[in-house]
Amino acid sequence: MIDVKHLTKWFGRVLAVDDISFHVEQGSIVGFLGPNGAGKSTTLKVLTCYLPATSGKATIAGHDVLTESLEVRRNVGYMPEAVPLYEEMRVRELLMFRAALRDIPRPERQAAVDRVADRCWLSKPQDVMRRRVGELSRGYKQRVGLAEAMLHNPPVLVLDEPTIGLDPNQIRAMRELIKELGQDHTIILSSHILAEVEQTCNHIIVIAGGAIVADGTPEELRKKVLGPSQVVAEIKGAEPAELAKAIAAVEGVRNVSKVPVGNWTRLTIECDGRSDRRAEVHRLVSQKGWELRELRHTVGSLEDFFVQVTYEQNMQAAQRMAQ
Amino acid sequence: MNKVFTLARRELTAYFFSPIAYIIGAGFLLLAAGWFFLNIRIGGEASLRPLFDGMAIIMVLAVPLLTMGLLSREFDSGTIETLMTSPVTDAEVILGKFLGVMVFYLALLGTTLTFLGLMAAYGRPDAGVAFVGYLGMVLLGAAYVSVGLFASTLTRHQVLSAVVAIAIISLFVVVMGLIVRLGVRPWADLADRLNAMRYFKDFSRGVLDTRGLLYFLSATALFLFLSVKTLESRRWR
Repeated sequence: MIDVKHLTKWFGRVLAVDDISFHVEQGSIVGFLGPNGAGKSTTLKVLTCYLPATSGKATIAGHDVLTESLEVRRNVGYMPEAVPLYEEMRVRELLMFRAALRDIPRPERQAAVDRVADRCWLSKPQDVMRRRVGELSRGYKQRVGLAEAMLHNPPVLVLDEPTIGLDPNQIRAMRELIKELGQDHTIILSSHILAEVEQTCNHIIVIAGGAIVADGTPEELRKKVLGPSQVVAEIKGAEPAELAKAIAAVEGVRNVSKVPVGNWTRLTIECDGRSDRRAEVHRLVSQKGWELRELRHTVGSLEDFFVQVTYEQNMQAAQRMAQ
Repeated sequence: MNKVFTLARRELTAYFFSPIAYIIGAGFLLLAAGWFFLNIRIGGEASLRPLFDGMAIIMVLAVPLLTMGLLSREFDSGTIETLMTSPVTDAEVILGKFLGVMVFYLALLGTTLTFLGLMAAYGRPDAGVAFVGYLGMVLLGAAYVSVGLFASTLTRHQVLSAVVAIAIISLFVVVMGLIVRLGVRPWADLADRLNAMRYFKDFSRGVLDTRGLLYFLSATALFLFLSVKTLESRRWR
């Protein structure tokens, strides 16, 4: 449905998107995940024909975004970040205007507007459709923006940060709606919140510093990014250095780091591969007659991976600034 | 073409919701009426000519204030993104906005017909002169509006856009006339050919000259074309 090949975008001397390629199947909900300034919005703007790429190629539903721009625009519904709307217009008036721009024939416009209003919960408190956009709360504006994007029932929906600025209830409702829409639309949404993408999307593309660092289903990603398995233990009974030394000698333990917590010592024990050495650690502790108050096995999570990616990007940015 | 009308209608309705349009409208009418009565009091003659000439000058300020938001506001609020990702061409956007302002301009101009009515009640204004004069106002307005529209495609700051538009229009309406008066050759000849007021004065006198027609129409076309090009260039910068 969406095919992006070697897409690169320079803004003057700033490289915003650096040679990215990906493919999106019809009917999937793709999450574009990345820290702020990673190049998410820029990529989406290229896909929606708002900005041209510096080099590379992108096609949507078989149409090239550059040479068949109008055709692509007919197939895409786009909700930009911050949802810009004409504030002085009334909601129904605005939607009717967008419907006209979207080539919806006059007799069908009313029905199209009613359909999206229903879908985006704009029809319930009756007066919302009659209110001026400028008077609406952030959550309602977001819904109007989404309704706008869905008016022409496009096969592809591009949503830039659809839940930013919403309250927790609205976020949950928006996620439900996106999942529901995913049944008959291909959706690309961007976010810098991992939990959100994990919950709503069945395809995640992690982007940082303008490049794709991971691409796959949430399960695939979780498998791919799993860090070394770790055992965390809090022990009392000997000097921290002595504890660390004894545990480092346990079979299958690769590395031990220690942090004193009061008169306890918190040890982070890195194990070989995926092995879990809790039993061995416990055996050692009881042999030595030490006290143990926590023993826990962890594996690197998607969260850790994402934090690391974000951190690396920030470091690179800081280095560039320093140069 | 349908979309041009859709865009024009939105632009026009937006004017009726913005206080600035009313303020400009009221300001224009006040100045034009003041000018009209002043001319009758002092000149003692009920001639249409000074009225048209005066309105042409007032419009130098009024039109840029009307057009300053056309695209600047869209750039500033970000609505340009949803507009340009809809299946509309850049030319349709420019034409739609041009048409929207022109209708508002014509409505504003239409209110000055009351002056004509007043004159007809007390004297006998020449119908031919009135017609050609109003035709001149329409042509002049189209040129002003296209310059204002062009200035609006250049920046996201409305005030800046108004200043640029006023500068460009005054260059042709005021500065060229001054250069002609300075009389330095060969610049004076060139300035005389570019002087908008020279052509407009034919109209306000009731003389229909194709040179004037051509001057205003080609200025309008040129600035509309430039507007489309600057709007397109946003995609490449």
